[in-house]
Amino acid sequence: MYYLFDGSYTGYLTCVFESFAQKEHGAVPLTTDDFREGLFRESRQIVSQPEKAGRVYRGLQKKLGSSGALDFFRAFLSEDRRAWRSSFRIIRRVFDEGAEILSDYGDDDVLYFAQTLKKVSRERHRMKAFIRFQKSSDGLFLAVIEPDFNVLPLISDFFRKRYADQPWLIFDVKRAYGLLYDTRSVSEVRLTSEEREALSSPGTVVSLDENDAHFQQLWKLYYKSTNIESRRNMKLHLQHVPRRYWKYLPEK
Amino acid sequence: MERIGEKLKILADAAKYDVSCSSSGSKRKNTGGIGDASASGICHTYTEDGRCVSLLKILLTNHCIYDCAFCVSRRSNDVKRAAFTVEEVVALTMNFYRRNYIEGLFLSSGIFRDADFTMERLLRIVKKLRLEERYNGYIHLKTIPGASEEMIREAGLYADRMSINLELPTEAGLKMVAPEKDHASVKKPLAFVSEQIQSFRADARIIRHTPVFVPAGQSTQMVIGATPETDFEIMRAADEFYREYKLKRVYYSGYIPVNGDSDQLPQPGTAPPLVRENRLYQTDWLLRFYGFDLEEILTPQHSSLDLDIDPKLSWALRNPRVFPVDINTAGYEMIIRVPGIGRQSAVKIVQARKFGRLHVYQLKKMGIAYNRARYFIRCADSPASPGEASMERVKSSILQNQEGKRKTGLKETQLMLF
Repeated sequence: MYYLFDGSYTGYLTCVFESFAQKEHGAVPLTTDDFREGLFRESRQIVSQPEKAGRVYRGLQKKLGSSGALDFFRAFLSEDRRAWRSSFRIIRRVFDEGAEILSDYGDDDVLYFAQTLKKVSRERHRMKAFIRFQKSSDGLFLAVIEPDFNVLPLISDFFRKRYADQPWLIFDVKRAYGLLYDTRSVSEVRLTSEEREALSSPGTVVSLDENDAHFQQLWKLYYKSTNIESRRNMKLHLQHVPRRYWKYLPEK
Repeated sequence: MERIGEKLKILADAAKYDVSCSSSGSKRKNTGGIGDASASGICHTYTEDGRCVSLLKILLTNHCIYDCAFCVSRRSNDVKRAAFTVEEVVALTMNFYRRNYIEGLFLSSGIFRDADFTMERLLRIVKKLRLEERYNGYIHLKTIPGASEEMIREAGLYADRMSINLELPTEAGLKMVAPEKDHASVKKPLAFVSEQIQSFRADARIIRHTPVFVPAGQSTQMVIGATPETDFEIMRAADEFYREYKLKRVYYSGYIPVNGDSDQLPQPGTAPPLVRENRLYQTDWLLRFYGFDLEEILTPQHSSLDLDIDPKLSWALRNPRVFPVDINTAGYEMIIRVPGIGRQSAVKIVQARKFGRLHVYQLKKMGIAYNRARYFIRCADSPASPGEASMERVKSSILQNQEGKRKTGLKETQLMLF
């Protein structure tokens, strides 16, 4: 049985609720869009219901604590359908057998869940590292990203606390939404296609601060000067900064 | 504007032989300004040598009154000299930080005029950052040996980490290449800062609003391969410094020949001892995180590390009696001693086996380097072996396996240190 939901986490947790309510333990969660791509057997549309999702979430919190419950959200953000299925089965086991099963690493689902969390966490860390702001002439610090996973919700707090006194916008072009901080709070923004266009080539449409190019130049100069040529090790270099991230790194 | 670029080039180039780039260990919060410290540290980019770039690492100046043969900024070296102004360092730091290029500032300096004069300039920069710019990001500051204790103490109130480089692992080595210096002048300020850290911590337990003092602790660096010290001498020095001064890190910096005038040092063009450096870091990790004692790895008799195999494997091959380790019953401290099993895998193994005896396929999935570990472990489905393979055989098959992987371009499984 396939459960089709809208792709939101609320929808996902609603699916969990339904599988318990209907005793459909083999249910597989997919988004409605996934389903269009293939021919599947039985399926049911699950409408997101915050109350039902909330009950599952609170149940998880009770069993696992806040951070443990949040792990399922983190795994969900991987957008990996296999991780979604593993999480689905693990949630059932957590309710049936208890929190301890999360360390049953000999089990495929538990191991895959742990590995997914690690991957998401690595991408989240990379975004903390690889985001590069450009300063616009009105003082807004802009950054464009294309992370492997949907990690924006996981870095929001970090950037809000660190760059508390400067307004910033971090935009995920792959998922077409961003976070905007106005020095008071962070809000989610969706841009029109013209606005997105403007953002992806700052300097042409968005006008940049007069010193921005200067400091970017100095950064590139520093990056070159701090390298030790006789220790050159491109294999290690690429391992740490895979090519797919270069697009938004001015030093590369 | 162009002048600052020129200075940056010279003073970043002169600072890069200091390998410390860690930005971890501090928990400084953003209190009404900009920036904070991330406890785990963040590497914002990597240079083509594979080293992390976390901090804006610069010298305030490369003018120096000393003439240490191994140092690129030595008095007698014919290099371009430059000095930043306080304002320039602050502007670079703030503008790089606000664009998320860096995690903070690493500020060192050549010694101009005298120790106090130099330390006072460094102090002026960190105070301006903290007090005027309200900057709470990471600051790694060099302690200048010989500077007054009052000044060092004040600097400690603004820096996250402080360090002084030991430079050469032994006094004899130091005398060879830097006769104007000695180890005592490094030990004294290290001890002073270490005592201050302890006393601030003790105060914090009683008094609520004790200021933070060097929250990320101290580190030091030794140059490897410039002078003839053995690996045993190097690690004995490191071990002593970890113990005596509660250092957070000892860095080992393979000497990069920057001096053609000294006949005591490797000549320019000589390749830096990168494999040896890596083996020293691996040993350092074994001592700090794997429960090994120095004598198990290096002794005056066995005084150099193997270059072809890592020190844990080398230890295992010398101690066949403790193997095989039974994955399903052995303690964590024994499992982490198995070549090919790291700390994270060991934790997983110990937790997972509560749910049932572990088999080879499960270990492989958990991510252990099975081709290396297989000779040293027993799992639920290990066949009963008629006899033990000799350790020479084990070594040669592991090496062969590594060689094969290298040739086919597969990723080599090796301890990753940073």
